[in-house]
Amino acid sequence: MSESLVHYVLVPFVKGLLTVILVATAAGILTWIERRGLGRLQIRKGPNRVGPAGFFQWIADVVKLVFKEDVVPSRAEKVIHLLGPLLLFTPAVVVLGLVPWGPEVTLFGVTTPLHAAADLNVALLLILAVSSIGVYGIILAGWSSNSKYPLLGGLRSAAQLISYEVPMGFAIVAAVLMAGSLSMVEIIEAQKEAGIWFVFPGLVAFFLYFVSGVAETNRTPFDLPEAESELVGGFHTEYSGFRWAIFFMSEYGNMISIGAIATTLFFGGWLRPFPNVAWLSFLDVIPPFFWFAGKVFLFLLVYIWFRATFPRYRFDQLMALGWKALLPISLANLFLVALAALWGAAGLKVLGAVLVLLVAGGLVAAWRRPARASVTTRMAAEKVEVRA
Amino acid sequence: MEPGLFFFWLFSAVVVVGAVGVVVMRQPIHSALFLLLSFLGVACLYVQARAELVAAVQVLVYAGGVMVLFLYTIMLVNVKRQRTERYLHRQAVPALGFGFLFLVVVGGVVVNEARALAGKAPAADPAALATTVLGSETVLGNTQAVGWVLYRDYLLPFEIASLFLLVAMIGAVVLGKRTMERFD
Repeated sequence: MSESLVHYVLVPFVKGLLTVILVATAAGILTWIERRGLGRLQIRKGPNRVGPAGFFQWIADVVKLVFKEDVVPSRAEKVIHLLGPLLLFTPAVVVLGLVPWGPEVTLFGVTTPLHAAADLNVALLLILAVSSIGVYGIILAGWSSNSKYPLLGGLRSAAQLISYEVPMGFAIVAAVLMAGSLSMVEIIEAQKEAGIWFVFPGLVAFFLYFVSGVAETNRTPFDLPEAESELVGGFHTEYSGFRWAIFFMSEYGNMISIGAIATTLFFGGWLRPFPNVAWLSFLDVIPPFFWFAGKVFLFLLVYIWFRATFPRYRFDQLMALGWKALLPISLANLFLVALAALWGAAGLKVLGAVLVLLVAGGLVAAWRRPARASVTTRMAAEKVEVRA
Repeated sequence: MEPGLFFFWLFSAVVVVGAVGVVVMRQPIHSALFLLLSFLGVACLYVQARAELVAAVQVLVYAGGVMVLFLYTIMLVNVKRQRTERYLHRQAVPALGFGFLFLVVVGGVVVNEARALAGKAPAADPAALATTVLGSETVLGNTQAVGWVLYRDYLLPFEIASLFLLVAMIGAVVLGKRTMERFD
């Protein structure tokens, strides 16, 4: 086989295939982790019958979904109904392909960056662009089902995605200002050069990014498009079988992407902690890819933790949070970060130190304040009668 | 056929099919989707012309923003067209006339340019365009190039344009709000 054929056809093909397989498998395993984890957090057991600790439950679920009948509503728009899941799944995978998973590796005699697509100089913009296509999958799935609940779910979701795209974009701009580049690899290199992860000077930006990310992936507490109590299953109510599974995989794929982008922009990507501190070099025992995967995994755990912790927002609260709270904060933060970035690496370090001190101070203040009495004790004190 | 040329024709075909679909389809949602297809085809052509930034912004703004709002509006209005409804009204004849005129003008320019280029040597390697020379500096990549042009060379026109957009946005909000109050 000629050199260029390997380099331009075989290697990209294998990488693309690996990305798809990775998303599909990770989605499956994540459902198991999520169900077991939620079980723990809600003091119940979760799936524990199939395989050790119920691990093979996700494989059983996949088998079930593949063989389930694929029902298409008789008055649905057939072509668009088919297109919906694909339009959501494809961007989810492509975005993950644009994130670097590690530096160059040599496998089977081929040296290549651990990166499904090339390191483009506008990678970050492209990620934003591609992920903004995903909303079509949701809108069209909701509309083509020719049914009320999916339509309402689709509309809600579109409004939510567009609203949270704005603070998310500004949070990303803050990271770009600190790095001075739109290339994902260069952003990681910049964090190595600056000597700190951008999460410290970009504490506010990271917070904004992650909150918007949770909103964009339709996860609790922002999972209004699929609020069971109001909209049955939301935009995918009329989907069944494997095409429903594709929606499910896209949600997990998007969660992984959000985690991967947050890791790259704010947590140094594949870098180990304190990449410039020499005496910590024993940490290099763990290959860069596993540092990256571990950080992304932590984000996924936080997602699951959120789901067990927060109640769902009301739709107007969701919009108010996005436009009236996150957007002004993101603009103010952009100004602050731009000033620090103008000053150079020293400015970033000072800003990071100030922000960390502020957060630490806030935590201490919250801890020292006497805890508010719980709702039940207050009700007892005010002699509120609870009707059975 | 060399691969670059093949993809150029492929993306151009996508753009044209999308554009034709917009006017031919009877269901507004289908028209909107063909418009989206056309936008994406144009973005691919931008990538081929080494204008990655413009391509990304094209997808982000037109495909990701404007078209989503279009779809949103169409779905809320929920137009159900009758199949028997007349498709072209009295505009058909003048539309054909003006369309032909437009074709003649654009076609004339294209043919003229092609004649002028025919005798000359082929254009420089497109990879060289990735490095743009602006004034005395050499800038890497077209993100920086666009940035310098917008925020240094043409800062004042840029700011004035953004002020116009802001005014238009506020105006739209005011107009929209008034009709809302009338409905209540």
